[in-house]
Amino acid sequence: MASFTLACGPLMFQLFTDFASWLVYNLLGLSSRTKLGDALHFFVEDVSKIFVLLVVMIYVIALLRASMNVEKVRDYLAGKHRAIAYLFASGFGAITPFCSCSSIPVFLGFTSAGIPVGITMAFLLTSPLINEVAILLLMSLLGWKFTVIYVIAGMSIGVLGGVFLDAIKAERWLQSFAAEALKKGQLQTDNNDSSATDTTPKLSLQARHQFAKQETFEIFGRVWKWVIIGVGLGAALHGFVPDGWIETHLGDGQWWSVPAAVLLGIPLYSNATGVIPVMESLITNGLPIGTTLAFCMSTVAASFPEFILLKQVMQWRLLAILFALLLVAFTLLGWIFNAFTPLL
Amino acid sequence: MKTIKVLGTGCAKCKSTLSLIKQTAEKLGVSINLEKLEDPQQIMAYGVMSTPAVVVDEKVVHKGGIPSPENVVSWLED
Repeated sequence: MASFTLACGPLMFQLFTDFASWLVYNLLGLSSRTKLGDALHFFVEDVSKIFVLLVVMIYVIALLRASMNVEKVRDYLAGKHRAIAYLFASGFGAITPFCSCSSIPVFLGFTSAGIPVGITMAFLLTSPLINEVAILLLMSLLGWKFTVIYVIAGMSIGVLGGVFLDAIKAERWLQSFAAEALKKGQLQTDNNDSSATDTTPKLSLQARHQFAKQETFEIFGRVWKWVIIGVGLGAALHGFVPDGWIETHLGDGQWWSVPAAVLLGIPLYSNATGVIPVMESLITNGLPIGTTLAFCMSTVAASFPEFILLKQVMQWRLLAILFALLLVAFTLLGWIFNAFTPLL
Repeated sequence: MKTIKVLGTGCAKCKSTLSLIKQTAEKLGVSINLEKLEDPQQIMAYGVMSTPAVVVDEKVVHKGGIPSPENVVSWLED
């Protein structure tokens, strides 16, 4: 799939450039030399390209991962050694589909299976940051090098965040019923080696198609407006912000731009798929990679509504620690990537 | 009369599930006792991790999304 996208990319994408030229220059009669024409061309090209990519990718990927579910992940993680469990939890977080409104039941399900808080959080932290649709979009818009950087960054935050939470014994600050469930779960796993009992029947092709169709409608219905907003913002930057302005004013010389980007990202809320078009336009307009990553991850992963939900299973103290952890992690990540970009 | 519970933490999908069951029951003329459970502790007690989930007479029959209309009919009819 990935090599297909890369190999056929330039040829396939030419189609969208032509379509945008036809619509903007011929049909609307705008000149490519005006700012408006240029910005509109960029907008039409990117929106049509991303929409087509999204529909095709969501469908194909959903077809492949139809049988993945959180129950399987839990059974798998429950028997694993700590050291690798963080990595696996974070990896599964990236590829397992679940609605963000399921975070709490998932947290409790993992906890009552005796899985340590840090490992559960490695799963939950990585989940919003990385998903397969985001990866493929990144690959086609920004290239494989940036995609690898993004995935490594997202998984590191999940893994290191999880290790840190276990190191400070975060389970002390769970709500009492959740802490009890954890204790009970750990006793159970000690007593019997829970050989994973997976009772999910094998899926037929028909059932997979049904799932994939539903996923495509659902995800597309959720993200299309973010794509419009993201690309619109990009088009505005592209057409109206003078070349080099961002680079001079927010370039990597300004250390404060990273924490500022993180803070700016908190009140904004989007999902990974929607934020990628914004990322593309910020990077192509000269914002350093680290600053862009910090901004986008903060937009995606640190949102107040989600944190308020977590209050049901965590005490304020743990919530505050988690929030601070994310802010520090995003800032460090931004600085590190800005420092290393010249070497790439 | 059957007791049907929809488990979910209050997202859009949970609401659609609830109204789907309600409408189907009305259409079939079956009277049911429909409840919505939002408390995470109670949801945990059913061993459910992916919401929305549906419980018919204390048995989990569905989880992880909006159920298909055919499924809803089968829960109401048998």
